[in-house]
Amino acid sequence: MLSLLKPELRDIPFVLAAPERGRKLIKAASAAAEALGIEPGAVVADARAILPSLQVLEEEPERAGKLLHALAESCIRYTPIVAIDPPDGLILDISGCAHLWGGERAYLKEIITRFKSSGYQVRAAIADTVGTAWAISRYGQVRAIIGQGAQAEALAPLPPIALRLEPAILERMHKLGLYQIRSFMTMPRSALRRRFGQLLLDRLAQALGEVKEPIVSIQPVEPYQERLPCLEPIRTATGIEIALKRLLETLYLRLLQEGKGLRKAILKGYRIDGKMQQIEIGTNYPARSVAHLFKLFELKISTIKPGLGIELFLLEAPVVEALSQEQETLWNITQGSEYKVVMNLLDRIGVRVGMDAIHRYLPDEHHWPERSVKLAASLQEKSPLAWRNDLPRPINLLPRPERIEVTAPIPDYPPMLFRYKGKIHKISKADGPERIEQEWWLQQGEHRDYYAVEDESGSRYWLFRLGHYGADNPEWFIHGFFA
Amino acid sequence: MERAATKSEIVEKLQQQILSMQGFRQPSAQQVSTGLGPLEAAFPNKVFPAGAIHEFLSPLAEDAAATTGFMAGLLSRLMAQGGPCLWIGTRRTLFPPALKLFGVDPDRIIFIDVKKEKDLLWTIEEALKCDALSAVVGEVSGISFMESRRLQLAVEQSRVTGMLRCSGPDKIGNTTSVARWKITPLASALQEDMPGVGYPRWNVELLKIRNGKPGTWQLQWAENYFQHLSQPVPVSKLVMQQTG
Repeated sequence: MLSLLKPELRDIPFVLAAPERGRKLIKAASAAAEALGIEPGAVVADARAILPSLQVLEEEPERAGKLLHALAESCIRYTPIVAIDPPDGLILDISGCAHLWGGERAYLKEIITRFKSSGYQVRAAIADTVGTAWAISRYGQVRAIIGQGAQAEALAPLPPIALRLEPAILERMHKLGLYQIRSFMTMPRSALRRRFGQLLLDRLAQALGEVKEPIVSIQPVEPYQERLPCLEPIRTATGIEIALKRLLETLYLRLLQEGKGLRKAILKGYRIDGKMQQIEIGTNYPARSVAHLFKLFELKISTIKPGLGIELFLLEAPVVEALSQEQETLWNITQGSEYKVVMNLLDRIGVRVGMDAIHRYLPDEHHWPERSVKLAASLQEKSPLAWRNDLPRPINLLPRPERIEVTAPIPDYPPMLFRYKGKIHKISKADGPERIEQEWWLQQGEHRDYYAVEDESGSRYWLFRLGHYGADNPEWFIHGFFA
Repeated sequence: MERAATKSEIVEKLQQQILSMQGFRQPSAQQVSTGLGPLEAAFPNKVFPAGAIHEFLSPLAEDAAATTGFMAGLLSRLMAQGGPCLWIGTRRTLFPPALKLFGVDPDRIIFIDVKKEKDLLWTIEEALKCDALSAVVGEVSGISFMESRRLQLAVEQSRVTGMLRCSGPDKIGNTTSVARWKITPLASALQEDMPGVGYPRWNVELLKIRNGKPGTWQLQWAENYFQHLSQPVPVSKLVMQQTG
């Protein structure tokens, strides 16, 4: 795992260590370290004696467990039943799955390649029982796939530790010279029980398939998804509407139970010619009301091309949020229902013209006019800043200042006349200058001297000169129109 | 004297009868005080017709700014009732912070910047149907009779005030809108010929008002209020300014 996050550790021997009883113990060692004889359980000081350049990293206690769980979830792609076998194993029930990958060999290869490509070292085995697969994947030397009923044969040459036994039993077996499973596999059961206890018999029976061993599968997060297969392919808009309503109703019941609402939903229609049609909606607040969501979808139903007919409808809600009960005071709407009406309206508009068309602005702490407003992230966001009304700001601002030609008499005086779009405006009144400096930490450039001017017809403009007057040819721009 | 009073009363009563016969419905629930002062005499029953469609013609960029300013002034009164406002357009140049100068909190306006022209009127109509809004502002290039009728039907249900700023060519055909305005900027004035630019001043033309009397007024926006200019600018000078 670490060699994945820190590529520089890929070939260097390193260990994970944690303090235990006043000394640092190695909890895990990389393959390169293990090759040098540094094994988990040793003291870091001893390992340093073997290899002075050994990299020692702190072990985070929760990390391995979390990682294993994440790996288990990623294995759901191979089979729906995945169990965790702490500290380092995963058990997959692959009944009826391997043929999808073209047989057990290809299936196993696919899983191993996948793990290896992510930087993990992995061993895997397929067998009829959990016990045998466990043993072969850890201690097997010959084959990784054990055929039907061949457990006894496969287990025979393995050491007793492959049967998942306690260290005390293993030690006793070692003393008695039972180095391989075959040496005690055929012994009378009563004698084994007397000497080693019931556990050995249980493990043996589990590995050989005489006793069933249940595995506890991890609970994958169930996606918010509803399906509706159709007996007859559906080709009409009415049919699609009925299907959609039924799907929304079932989804509503689930969301109601969990106290949640959806922010995004996708309706997929699988046609009989194998093609898929889909429409998507988004909402401004977590919603689950069937009527409202149906209205949003309704705007897009006409874009579905049913072709020869749709045989399966799938409704997915990829983004789901908890419903908030807070009342809206910002909008000065007294009734919660009225707030909802506005939100529903915005949802409908968002579906038709796109959510990115809906904007709201908040003041920002910048003097530069283009940066003095920022987009609000949500319709509820409030700004700690107040809007300023002490400075003249034009009601209409050009998206980009436009060059104008001016006649200006004296430095730091407003121009006498300017030409904009081919028309000459004689200035009769002017205010300014208001100097606005570039915010150097954001952008380099010249400052602007703004003038509010009024021409003889009474139209009011916002002009600025870029930079100091001293330059031989100062540039003038028009930036906005006052009311 | 007494007879004269009764006479004017009778005339007023008759006028109201005529209005009701003409199918004019008093927007009784919303009596918006627009602060337009003497201008309100032009409206039917002397009340600003809220819950209806108002058109504002502004073909030039300078007129557009003046029109937007006047609309923002009206908006501040309409939004005092509560509820957000939707501002719908395709090429919006409005600078939100400037709305604060007209008494509108810019963050209480939701801007919808539609990309396609054909979605514009759909969005405006959909917004006008929503009775939780205080007002809807639409920036359109022009509007046809059919389109205006659709919008009118929408507001008759919801009683939302709709303001359409038509930036297209000056000529606009017959529509069902209740009022049609044209705002042009006027030269501002400061006391004792002080240097600088004064409060925004406009020439407000009410070109059309259903059941009311069209007219022309000169207004200025000062300290969050509409002010009528005490000495109206002579018409001849006005014409000169517009042509020049």
